[in-house]
This record gives sequence, structure tokens and C-alpha cells, in this order.
Amino acid sequence: MNLRRLLLSACLGLLPTLATGLPGPAQAQGTIRIGMTAGDIPLTHGQPDQGFEGNRFTGIPLFDSLTMWDLSRADRPSTLIPGLATEWRSDPNDRTRWIFTLRRGVKFHDGSDFNADAVVWNVRKVLDREAPHYDPRQVGLTISRMPTLRRAEKIDEYTVALYTSEPDSLLPINLTNLFMASPAHWERLRASAPNAEAAWNAFAANPSGTGPFRLTRFVPRERVEMVRNENYWGEKARAERIVLLPIPEPNARTAALLSGQVDWIEAPAPDAIPQLRARGMQITSNLQPHVWPWQPCFAEGSPLRDVRVRRALNLAIDREGLKQLLGGFMVAPVGTYPADHPWYGNPSFRIRTDKEEARRLLAEAGYGPQRPLNLRVQISTSGSGQMQPLAMNEFLQQDLRPLGVNVEFDVVEWNTLVVNWRQGCTHASARGSNMINVSFAAMDPFFGMIRFWASHMAPPVSNNWGFFNDPRFDEMSRAVRNAFDPRELDAALARLHAAGVDEALFVWIAHDVAPRAMSPRIRGYVQPQSWFVDLRYPYIQ
Amino acid sequence: MIRYLIRRVLYAVPIALAVGFVCFMLVQIAPGDPINAIVPPDAPGDVVEQVRREYGLDKPLPVQFGIWLMKVAQGDLGRSLATGRTVWSDLSTAIGNTLLLAAAAALLGFALGCILGGLAGTFRGSLLDRVAVGTAVAGVSVPHYWLGMVLVVIFSVQLNWLPAMGAGPGGSADWSWDWEQVKHLILPAVTLSVIPMGIVTRTVRGIVAEIMNQEFVVALRGKGLTRRGVFLHVVKNAAPNALAVMGLQLGYLMGGSILVETVFSWPGTGLLLNNAIFQRDLPVLQGTILVLAMFFVALNLVVDLMQTALDPRIRRA
Repeated sequence: MNLRRLLLSACLGLLPTLATGLPGPAQAQGTIRIGMTAGDIPLTHGQPDQGFEGNRFTGIPLFDSLTMWDLSRADRPSTLIPGLATEWRSDPNDRTRWIFTLRRGVKFHDGSDFNADAVVWNVRKVLDREAPHYDPRQVGLTISRMPTLRRAEKIDEYTVALYTSEPDSLLPINLTNLFMASPAHWERLRASAPNAEAAWNAFAANPSGTGPFRLTRFVPRERVEMVRNENYWGEKARAERIVLLPIPEPNARTAALLSGQVDWIEAPAPDAIPQLRARGMQITSNLQPHVWPWQPCFAEGSPLRDVRVRRALNLAIDREGLKQLLGGFMVAPVGTYPADHPWYGNPSFRIRTDKEEARRLLAEAGYGPQRPLNLRVQISTSGSGQMQPLAMNEFLQQDLRPLGVNVEFDVVEWNTLVVNWRQGCTHASARGSNMINVSFAAMDPFFGMIRFWASHMAPPVSNNWGFFNDPRFDEMSRAVRNAFDPRELDAALARLHAAGVDEALFVWIAHDVAPRAMSPRIRGYVQPQSWFVDLRYPYIQ
Repeated sequence: MIRYLIRRVLYAVPIALAVGFVCFMLVQIAPGDPINAIVPPDAPGDVVEQVRREYGLDKPLPVQFGIWLMKVAQGDLGRSLATGRTVWSDLSTAIGNTLLLAAAAALLGFALGCILGGLAGTFRGSLLDRVAVGTAVAGVSVPHYWLGMVLVVIFSVQLNWLPAMGAGPGGSADWSWDWEQVKHLILPAVTLSVIPMGIVTRTVRGIVAEIMNQEFVVALRGKGLTRRGVFLHVVKNAAPNALAVMGLQLGYLMGGSILVETVFSWPGTGLLLNNAIFQRDLPVLQGTILVLAMFFVALNLVVDLMQTALDPRIRRA
């Protein structure tokens, strides 16, 4: 071997050592191909559809919001952090007025400046029918998640005031759902479009936000390609490029990962997980604020008006058995929020499995094997966030029968279940059901508690399907909305949650843990305790 | 012939109306709400009603149907409730993709079906016949989505020879006739070809067997015609009926198989319909079904005309 070849071999031999010694971001390369569960690309005009999977993949990566979730840690619940707003406060003289100070020096992907005018423009796109860029399509996707926001007003170039219909301390949390699209880019597209609707369609095909990725290719129904935004105002993404592919069928997603067509899949088929592991894939999961409950009906004549029955059902469920059924991919809940969450509070009733106590409570309420408790639960065959509704509900049916609880199911399709959920348990659509099984996201306490437990949230206003009506809960909900100090807000939410657990206002059955499968080549991925992930962290090695 | 053609085209108008009406009513009768394509499940009632008004979904059903019909008469299939894109933009791409898949599946299925059916009909009662009939029965009986999954497990997951899903590394927009693209077509086309292969095999076998028993074939043999000559006569006599069956099968293939396209994430009309059904995306559903129904009508017309050309005894006056 001559000297040149010897030196070359030595250099080549050293390369892997050098590579592993480098810090993560220096290796920041590669394209990550992600198989989503959605059947189509979530909307890219700034207010994604397809539930929170839309926010996860075409919301947060492309756009930013004034307030954001901290998605950098896996070991604690995600908290609210500054986004395009660096700070915010409620006006002590007018609690319906919030002042937001905006981040300076932020630019949209098209190079235009982010400022107070952009915030006002983005609020008007969904709230002001007279605005030239008002888009009815974005209304339903947006204002349902910020029910009290009414208007925005520019104070100066980097300060805006947002107004709510009533004092609402939850507005900063709601605003994580209002993504900032570029007014300048839209105006340019509007110039060559026949109307605002066409301009928004053009914008969706070529969007401009301030997010860590910018869209470079959009093939309707097939794929979206995004590249790293080199001018991002925060920590830049490590991966160079992200490709999103809608693959709604779980087996097709699994096969795509195993055959190397994608590097990451959402919600792998549970029975494929051992095979995925055997082929060296990483399976990730973490507790997420995702509640899979039975929601009771409190209408006249419902056996669930009796708190002893509701508590008994909460105690009767073998959650460990259910967890085994799901291959370990669930967490046994102790309420809507986990015990270490600041909003958990200190309930006196502990949700656990205690069949003896359940039997005693049922007997006290007048039920048992001689006089069984007959329940009818409306469930779906599948659906967004519904985990495995048929298998899980059948497990519960079997589990409860020995205690003298006969569960009958009214099985409907997901779209139908959602419609029925909005109509309440006294409506004909409930078909006599005593409970309904709709999973929900709980990051925002309005969506996690208030919409179910405040009496004025009964249908058709919101999702108090069971018509629960207790003035104490109305008062506690008001207290939450009027708690403007963060510690005071946490305390008010903890009180509300503890009261809800004590009253057993749900049968809390499972928390989803959002399993994902990914290639061993993916590094740096963090799965936070959230519905969302930060695509800035993972990269391909 | 011209009068026949005009009459057949005019027949398509009531068919289109009926298809549009039935589709519209079915979606209305089915439980669920098209508004769910636009608002999230947790949307409050007032937001749902506001959006319903914005989209005109609060209008009486006859008015909604009338508006849709007027637009269709002007060539506008409307916009998807879910995406806001025009139905035609999504549908035209989907039709192109399904045409490609259907053509490949038809080519494979019809060719195999004709060969197997022809051989089985000619050598009726032989081992070859039994193998061909067994293959045909299996082709018709095996659920094709199951077959698709099995093929994926073998050729994509285990052997890693062919891709498991999609219409190409860059999607269908980048389609070109090179191996990197074409290999995405193989598994879905094979899966989709199995049913038409079975049906065509059985049809051709029956027709060929019947023709082979006819006196003119005996006469042809008696006159000393070669086997090839007899075969050509049999083919000519079998073609009109076989063509009718193949035309129908092509129509079914064009409808796109919802299951096969979903298993392979093939972005055709089947996958488009699948998503539209789950989202209750009424304009997409109506537009897609209407266009596919018209395609079916046109295909039947073409088949009828081809039958006449092949066998002038079939009059289309």
C-alpha cells in the first residue's frame, strides 16, 4: 500500500468518528418524509383543517401565532410561550382589552414585514365581513377556537390591542390557533385574481407565513414540500426539507415506512408495532392532552344524574386491561389533566380501579346483578382522535357486565357522531343514549372543561351534550375567565377541575399517547406532551 | 346512424339529471352534515350556523339543488367545501390518474382473460380448462383490497422490490414513463386487474365453447381450414359479446376502486370519492359521480358502436 492510499484510508476511517463528534445542528441536513393520517393535505392558507393534525403539519411549520406552545420538552406539559408577541397583558381598566407587544424584525416568507397592521389584517380575515380579504372558509376553522375575540386595533407599529366580548383570561391560549398570514403577499395575489376567494386559493397554493419552514411545492391531495426558512426569527430548523404525504390507511402507512418510502408515520397500526420494532424503527409516544371519555347525560330520567353511579363507573373500569389491549399505548387518566398538571387541583375523589367500591356505590344507588344498570352509549366506528373505538368500547362492555352494568351501543359513523354531539342528549339524534363517546383536546381549558360544564354551553351553543347545570360550576367558569394573574388563573382552573373530578362529570377512560413510528435515521426528535410537535428539531442522520 | 348517435346523447341528459338528483338526495338523507367539512367537531352552534349561511347550506333543498344544476349546465361543478378548490381541478387530475391505472389494469386483465378464456373454451374439459376456470373463480372471489395488502407485504415490505403507495416519487404531477414512476403503477394495476381478468376469462370461455360447438365451425374444419383459420373465425364471432363485457368492466375500472386506491394511496377518483364521502363534501361527491356516470354512458355508446362495426348484423337504427 503506497503512502497516498494509506493516508486516504486513514482519512476515510476517521470520518465516522468526526461525524459522531459533531454537535447536532452541524449535521442538520436531509429530507424527512412524513406519512400523515389525513386523507388530503391540510389547508395551507393559514388556518388548517383536518383537526390538530392540520395545525401540526401545515399550521405551526409554515406560520406563527402571537402566542405559541413550548414544544421543546417531553418531560412536562407544554406551556404557553411568546411567539410573534413578546409579551401581553390585560388592560386593568378594561378587562375586555388585551395589549400585545410584537416581536421586531420578523419577516414573512415573501420578505414583507410582520407588524401591527399584519395582526389587525389577520384578525379581520375571520371576524370582519366588510374586510376585502374576509374568508368564510377560515371562519369556522378559527373563531370556534377563540370564541370571545371580537376585533383588533393598532396602537403603534409593534403594539396591538385585541378586544373580547367579555373578560376572558383564556384569550392568550386561544390565540395559538390564529396563524399570521402575509397581507402583502395576499394583496399581490389578489391583484391578479378575480375575487378574494380566488386570491385565497392562490395563497393556499403559494402561502407566506413567518414559520420555520416555507412551502415550495404543493400537489393537491398528494404532497406538500417545505424547505427550511433560513431567515427564521428563532432557532432554525435542523432538517433541510420536509415532505408531507397524506396516507389515510394505517396499513398503507406502515408499509410505506417499512419499504422506505417515508421516514415517519403518524399513528401506526397497533398490531404492526412489534414488526416495526423488529425492523429497527423507533416508536415514540408521550402523554398528550387528549381525553377519551364517556360523557354522561344529566337530563331528567338519566341514571347518570346520580353521582354515585358516575363515580362507580369511574372506579369499575380496568384501565390496565384496556392498556394491554392497546399494546401499552394509553395512559390511565385521573381526570382531564394528569396529577402533576397545575390545573389538576386537589380532588377528594381519586379515579382508579376499585371494583369493590364500584359495586358498593352501585348497590347504594340501587343497582346490582338483580337490578342491572342499563346504559346506552353512542359511539363511532372510527374518527379523528377516537383511537380504536370499537375494540375499546367492547372491552368496556365486557368489563362492566359482572358488576351488573349492561352497556348497549348505538354505533354511528364519525361525521354523524359529531353532529349528534352538537345537539345534546335530549335530541332525537341521541336515540335514548345515556352517554356519548367523543374524544377531545384539552390544552385549552375552555375546550377541556368550560364548554362541557358551564350551563350556558348546552346545545346548540357548545358541547355540554349532557345539559349539565350546576350554578357552582358556572361561577367557577366565570372565575376562570376573570383570573388575569397567571397564578390566580392556574388556581381557578385547578378548583374547577377538582370539582369536576369530585362530581365525576365524565367517565374518564383513557388518555391517548400519540404513537408515531420513525426510521432510526431520524435524530433530535422531541415528542412533547402536546398534540403538536416542533419540526425544527428532528433531522436525518 | 347519426340519428342513433343524437338519440343516445340525448338519453344522457335524463340520466345525468337522475344521477345528480339521487346523489344529492342520498347525501342529504344520510346521517351527518356537510358543514363538518368546514368546521371542526368542537365548533359552537352559532359558528356552525354562521358558516352554514355563508355557504348557502341553510337554503331549502330544492333551491340548493337548483343552484347546483344551473351551475352544472354552465359547466361549473362548483368548489369543494373542504378545500375551496374547484371540483373540476381535483377531478380532472384524479380522472387522469384513474385512467392510467384503469388502462394498465384493463390491458393486463383483458389480455390474460382473453388468453385464459380462449384456451379454456377451446380445450373444454381439459386440465388447462380447469386451471383457467379455477384462476377465474379465484380472481372474482378474492377481495382485491386484501390481495393488494398481501402484494404490498410481499413485494414492498419483504422483498423491497416495488413501492407500497403513491403515484411516483414526486407524485402524479411528475408522471413520466420511466421505471421510477412506472414501478408505482405495478402493484395497484395487478390488484385491480384480477376481477376483470376473472370475469373476462369466464365470459370468453363460455362464448368460445359455444361457438366451437356450432355447425359452421365443423363445416370450416370439414372444408380443411387450418387451425389458425378456424381460430380467426371463432375470434371474430366471439368479439362482439366479449367486447360488451370488457366495455362494462372498463367502466367499473374507470369508476376507480375506492378500496384499491385507498390501500395504495393512488390519487384517483376512488380516493377522491372516499375522502368526499367521509367529509360529506357534497360538491365533490356530486361532481365526481356525475362525471363518472357520463363516462359510463359514453363508454357504453362507444362499445355499442364498436360492436356494430365488428358485426354488421347488430343494427343500431
